[in-house]
Amino acid sequence: MFESKAGVLLIAGLFFFALSFVVMGLLPWMMYINEPEQTLDDLVAGGVIHEFVELSERFPDRFAQHFPDGVTRTSFAAALKRGHEIYVAEACWHCHTQQIRPVSGEDSRWGPVSHAREYQNVLQRPVLFGTRRVGPDLVREGARHSNDWHVAHFHTPTNVAPTSVMPRYPWFYDADEYPNRDGMSIITYVQWLGSWLAEYPYYRGEGPGGARFGYTQKVTDAAVTP
Amino acid sequence: MTAASPATTENVSDMPSLGDLVNEKLVLWHFIASLTYVMIAMLAGLLFSLQLLQIYPFPEMELLSPGRWRMVHTNGVAYGFIANAFLGALYWAVPRLTLRRVLSVKLSWFIFVAWQVVVLSTVVGLLTGYAQAVEWGETPIFIDPLAVAGLILVACNFLTPILKSEGPMYVTLWYFIAAFVWTILVYAMGNYIPQFFVGGTASGAIIGLFIHDLVGLFVTPIGWGLMYYFVPILLKKPIWSHGLSLVGFWGLAFFYPLNGIHHFLYSPIPMFLQYGAVIATIAVELVVTTVVVNFFLTIRGRGDALRTNMPIRWFYIGMVFYFTTCLQCAFQVSLTFQKIIHFTDWVVGHSHLVMFGVFGFWILGIMTHLFPRLLGAKGWFRPSWNEWHFWLSGIGLFVMFFDLMIAGLIQGFMWRDLAVWESTLTASRPFWLLRTISGTAIIIGQFFFIFNILMTAVHKRTIEPTAQPSGIDPIGSALAS
Repeated sequence: MFESKAGVLLIAGLFFFALSFVVMGLLPWMMYINEPEQTLDDLVAGGVIHEFVELSERFPDRFAQHFPDGVTRTSFAAALKRGHEIYVAEACWHCHTQQIRPVSGEDSRWGPVSHAREYQNVLQRPVLFGTRRVGPDLVREGARHSNDWHVAHFHTPTNVAPTSVMPRYPWFYDADEYPNRDGMSIITYVQWLGSWLAEYPYYRGEGPGGARFGYTQKVTDAAVTP
Repeated sequence: MTAASPATTENVSDMPSLGDLVNEKLVLWHFIASLTYVMIAMLAGLLFSLQLLQIYPFPEMELLSPGRWRMVHTNGVAYGFIANAFLGALYWAVPRLTLRRVLSVKLSWFIFVAWQVVVLSTVVGLLTGYAQAVEWGETPIFIDPLAVAGLILVACNFLTPILKSEGPMYVTLWYFIAAFVWTILVYAMGNYIPQFFVGGTASGAIIGLFIHDLVGLFVTPIGWGLMYYFVPILLKKPIWSHGLSLVGFWGLAFFYPLNGIHHFLYSPIPMFLQYGAVIATIAVELVVTTVVVNFFLTIRGRGDALRTNMPIRWFYIGMVFYFTTCLQCAFQVSLTFQKIIHFTDWVVGHSHLVMFGVFGFWILGIMTHLFPRLLGAKGWFRPSWNEWHFWLSGIGLFVMFFDLMIAGLIQGFMWRDLAVWESTLTASRPFWLLRTISGTAIIIGQFFFIFNILMTAVHKRTIEPTAQPSGIDPIGSALAS
């Protein structure tokens, strides 16, 4: 059996693989089966983050050009979606993790330890845990820096952080160095990270407030035209 | 317990001639493709390392963005370099082991072309911004079906002669059979399930399984299968223990796939599953020890081969690195180590040690063994250039590994001590500089090899056979032994 073709093919090739898939893949899958995955609509249902509104005020003409609907949930969802696409395409996730571990003082540095529920949404499909931290973790990044900081940083990171080894992203900008649609989208995505927490924004000391995983406290509903 | 040599029980006079059996052109072209991609991949690695030193030469060019080239580096190594070299070596070894041709030569050439299309379109897809967020599976979603189809054709092509062969199977063929099945399943699982079937934390578990299985169930079994084939042939003596090779194969098959979640320790994935993955990983280390012991008892008494026989030297230094990397793994999966080393350069050093120090070295050893023969030469144009190739690669890789390991510890402890983030970058910088230097040494080493191949091809008629066994296999010794 251990040296026969059928033994190798069926036991080692198929059965052991299936066993590992059940134990290492299916089991965690089943554990979260009752935790529904939030769609993009669910994610923006609570409103629009402050930073997205701020972009529209800071760059009114460009914003209107890139998001003709204005500050709406639809525009916000579109920006999040595009921002996530860029985050994946530019391989941001190879140098920035999106998980806070309960060890090594990570909760002191970045904020609350990650919870499985936070990842149950379409923008974590496939999940962006990451395996390397050249730059800091980003899952609590929202509102940690201003939009202006991000506009300067994505263009030439060393201008705001001299030791930074992050690449430059001039293609997020129009020829006259205003952020283009991609630039506004990636900034929106990064500013959104962590905004679902009650403690958001974690670094302004303004929390806690708002419903669990909702934006109710920080949403500028006045600016939203549903 | 006698199946120690790859020959089967059939009578020598009944055997088809070697020319009918093996299409050496296929082997040659896969090797050429493999070396082309390894140069592209290493160039990509060099480019990315320059970014870490803040001296990236093309900061304004979207298609040369370092983040995108990092993916070209990892994918180029896995699917361009290693997959092509393995295919070439399989075309050499499988017909010799089974005494049967592969399913079809036309199919083989089709696979060759299709696979290069897969790899090239992956490179283009990554550079133009269509990556998929699966580490090592960044292959754009629309290329995945072609890759899966290619893998299925590869399995058909090689499983046909293996399943038709008679008599007891040599250990190499166990590894190959399992690897063909596993590779298809692993690739399909990793590229489809986290994208289309489940997201969130559960997809993290599956991505961990994918990253790990790609090494453990595709690269490792084919690599070890080739070692079980080439080492006894080059040493002209059987493997030390057939029984121990059984332990190695079945231990790998059972424990290796159960390691997946160890890539995400302390993540939100349930802790009891993390514990399971840690224990299975330590079990793998024990299995690995049996395999390594088997090979070192095989070379016992023939230690001179390490000096005189280039391929054997590549193989055995690769095995030393293999043992190192697995030993390192058994420690680094412990939760104690994970607190410090996870997310640091330690892991980067570890993966370079595995992919280049082990499997890259084995592949380069096989190429050193086969290239003169494939080119129709009696030996290498300059055997001394092969020494340069070996020592530059070996020292470069070892320095890189050690450098990144220390860098990882420093980063990890600085993070734990809540040092300002920017200061951890400053502290890493000397290590990143040394990494670029050691990487450059590795690349120069490959230039020695490639130039040697070119000159051997040009001067193939005038090269005299070298006095010392440089790794040239006398015609047909694979069949006669």
